[in-house]
Amino acid sequence: MRIRTRLCATAAVGSLLLLTGCGAADMTKQASPFANAQGSKTVTLSVQSWVGAQANVAVAQYLLEHELGYRVDTVQVDEVPAWDALSQGRVDAILEDWGHPEQEKRYVDDKKTITRGGELGVTGHIGWYVPTYFAQQHPDVTNWKNLNKYADLMRTAESGGKGQLMDGSPSYVTNDKALVANLDLDYQVVFAGSEAAQITQIKQFAKEKKPFLTYWYAPQWLFKKVPMTEVKLPAYKEGCDADPDKVACAYPHTPLEKYLNSDFARSGGKAAAFLKKFRWTTEDQNEVSLMIADQKLTPEQAAKKWVEGHESTWRAWLS
Amino acid sequence: MAAITVFSPRTLPAVLKHRAVHKLGLLALAAAVLVPLANARWTGGAWPDALTVDLTKPLTEASTWIVDNRDTHPLFLYFFGHVSNAIVLAVRAVYLVLLAAGWAGVTALGALVAWRVAGLRLALGTVAAFLTCGWLGMWVPTMQTLALMVVAVAASVVVGALLGLAGGLSDRLNRALRPVLDTMQVLPAYAYLLPVVLVFGMGVPAAVLATVVYAAPPMARLTALGLRGADKEVLEAVRSLGATARQGLLTARIPLARKELLLGLNQTIMMALSMAVIASVIGAGGLGDRVYQALASVDVGAALAAGIPIVLLAVVLDRVTGAAGNGSTSAEPRRTGWLYALVAALAIAVAGRLMGRLDWPDAWTVRIAEPVNRAVDWMTAHLYSGVPVIGGTADWAAHFTTWVLNPLRDGLTWLPWWSVLLLVAALAWLIGTWQTALTAVLVMAAIGVLGVWTPALDTLSQVLAAVAVTLVIGFATGIAAARSDRLERALRPVLDVFQTMPQFVYLIPVVALFGVGRAPAVAAAVVYALPAVVRITTQGLRQVDAAAMESSSSLGATSWQQLRQVQLPLARPALLLAVNQGVVLVLAVVIIGGLVGGGALGYDVVFGLAQGDLATGLVAGAAIVCLGLMLDRVTQPTERRTKKGA
Repeated sequence: MRIRTRLCATAAVGSLLLLTGCGAADMTKQASPFANAQGSKTVTLSVQSWVGAQANVAVAQYLLEHELGYRVDTVQVDEVPAWDALSQGRVDAILEDWGHPEQEKRYVDDKKTITRGGELGVTGHIGWYVPTYFAQQHPDVTNWKNLNKYADLMRTAESGGKGQLMDGSPSYVTNDKALVANLDLDYQVVFAGSEAAQITQIKQFAKEKKPFLTYWYAPQWLFKKVPMTEVKLPAYKEGCDADPDKVACAYPHTPLEKYLNSDFARSGGKAAAFLKKFRWTTEDQNEVSLMIADQKLTPEQAAKKWVEGHESTWRAWLS
Repeated sequence: MAAITVFSPRTLPAVLKHRAVHKLGLLALAAAVLVPLANARWTGGAWPDALTVDLTKPLTEASTWIVDNRDTHPLFLYFFGHVSNAIVLAVRAVYLVLLAAGWAGVTALGALVAWRVAGLRLALGTVAAFLTCGWLGMWVPTMQTLALMVVAVAASVVVGALLGLAGGLSDRLNRALRPVLDTMQVLPAYAYLLPVVLVFGMGVPAAVLATVVYAAPPMARLTALGLRGADKEVLEAVRSLGATARQGLLTARIPLARKELLLGLNQTIMMALSMAVIASVIGAGGLGDRVYQALASVDVGAALAAGIPIVLLAVVLDRVTGAAGNGSTSAEPRRTGWLYALVAALAIAVAGRLMGRLDWPDAWTVRIAEPVNRAVDWMTAHLYSGVPVIGGTADWAAHFTTWVLNPLRDGLTWLPWWSVLLLVAALAWLIGTWQTALTAVLVMAAIGVLGVWTPALDTLSQVLAAVAVTLVIGFATGIAAARSDRLERALRPVLDVFQTMPQFVYLIPVVALFGVGRAPAVAAAVVYALPAVVRITTQGLRQVDAAAMESSSSLGATSWQQLRQVQLPLARPALLLAVNQGVVLVLAVVIIGGLVGGGALGYDVVFGLAQGDLATGLVAGAAIVCLGLMLDRVTQPTERRTKKGA
């Protein structure tokens, strides 16, 4: 962004040395080389790997492009590296953050390279889930105290002699290993390694109406495809998850937040103002996510559909 | 992608068998002395805690220091900052030129270059490839990837050629470089990402640098090989004509090494392209990013739409650079031809510009995602379970896990640590020299010292299972292809596609078929390693002396006898190379396997990258490298080391 004007004038490789030959070059102030091509104003948004985040970005992108005349680049980055990228200005905004106290302290409070962008309007919650068809047959499975009774049914080749508790992407917050140990459960945590793998496996289980226990989170479009019921864990109390090895309580409910790169927040003009005002509901997000992930619309088509039906909501973001 | 070295057929001398007994005896003696000592001191089967070094603290401190000082410390401001800046500017410059040329201009330029270098057929292929990219709606991402590739390949070639020049001209440097390049050969691409990201942050500079580190070694290796292989007599003649060392280098040695240099370019391009997708994990953008985003919404069709341009780019670039390596046209008419080609490309670009058709028109795109997804859904729905008699793929996966993977893993972890080391030493010594055995044992011990002994054995069990499956299928297919020209021709495009298709594309089908866990991880590894094994096997069998074949069939041998008693023994070196390549390639996918539930080291690397946790990621990455070195030494016959294969 900052070197935009000079860049356009000196596209020739020959001027590389002149530009970089002397003086300090702060890496943390360099934009993406694909930004601002052909003289358009570009906003770079970080998309995390889950579909809810894609839905936020799709709608923001659609409005930025069609209502405000920006060009939007999206980059998919994991959560923690995204903070790093945001502080360096490689991306301009994160639209959905599930709470990273350590990074918040470092970048927002100490270095001041990242600015809070307000709440997204969606509340996130992580928990353990069983499919609703199974919970209806065995209503007592929804309490953690009875989980051991069903360990046999949840067994897979991968979990060996124990029941399988399926965890997802390594980038997600999880206390599951500690929970299983501290609650004395006869379960083995199996890491699916990516959300895509986890979703695919859940769908395959659901197709055969097999019982399973999985780490999952709401809001998530998959609930519409595979209805799932949460298993009650010991209630969450402030600070009960302070020591990662001794956690024995449920996950909290987190209001999801937006974060902006500080420079972008200051000088990002209409785009920055728009992103700060961007705020919608869980239902809105799910509607778009479902169109992307289940009806296989492109994010752009899904965003267009939502934008056409909810003009009153997004008009407020543009004023 | 795999470089294939040709061996002269060689039979196993009887002396070697004596030597093998000798070696084993010595080893047994050493074991008899050392094992009771080790056992007395550290009891228990797993690697003793007393012998591990915990790197968590220093690594975490280092990573915090880098993050805190990245925008103030002079090292970053005056060195890394400029490197990063130069990369950003270079990629941007190429990208802007590509956009300014428009789709017509880029396609025309690509086609004309292909025509000059490799003839009309490839030129048509290039046009088809570029048009397909646009047609799939991937024009802009393709250009982003192309811009990144151009810069990365150029930098790799410069770095690689300089290193190769040094290695080619100085024996001492060559000796110093070889182990480094050997190590880089077995380093999985993913392992480069974490340290690079830490220093340069997410984005294009980190992606380009990771690509350069990954893609430069083959260039260095082949440059050195080419310079060293120059005909002594020619060099003598040049010197006797009174040429200085520099003249000799420029006029004789480098032109004589042309073939190796172009092969190096070819390999570098292929490696760089395969990195293009993996680098999307650290924000490289372009096609890789599209594949990665499609993965997130479990959309195989969309991933394929972005994967096809990568495959096409790879195939076109491979064929064109390959043809350049073989072609030998005289210089004069070529120059004017180039001129015409350039003018024509320029004219088409300007015409496209004047017609206002710079961007690929949206109306000309087609969406393949939906039909592809339907096909994949249908396939997985019908194969997953309940297939009569043979059972579904999910049942196979479960059986494979229960009957193969679990016993293998439990067996390996049950073995006392010193016996694993002994086993490694014995295998490596039998097949190689005492030096290779020593290296193998040391790197295996390093895994223990790093404190990841158990996960490493878990990973090892998956690798062994995957290699076994790959070899069974690969040898069978390779033998069949060697006996039928038609089958070989039919297989070639299939192998091309599987070798270049980004692994992210087939992760979802693999999970949909085999569930989550180690079985799909093994399946993904088999799919990736199979093409190279099939290729090397086929080539090895085909190179068996025709006379030997002829005489055996005149003696009335049946085709089965011929295969078993003539072809396979004579192709033994090639088969060993296939084993070695299979091992190295399977190991390269271990981290990808972590994405589908492979767990162990692969998952740890992914975890480290996702959480910015240098300690976990780097240690696991280093352990994978150690495993790779160990397996390479254990499967690498001595001939290859002395022959200086590529």
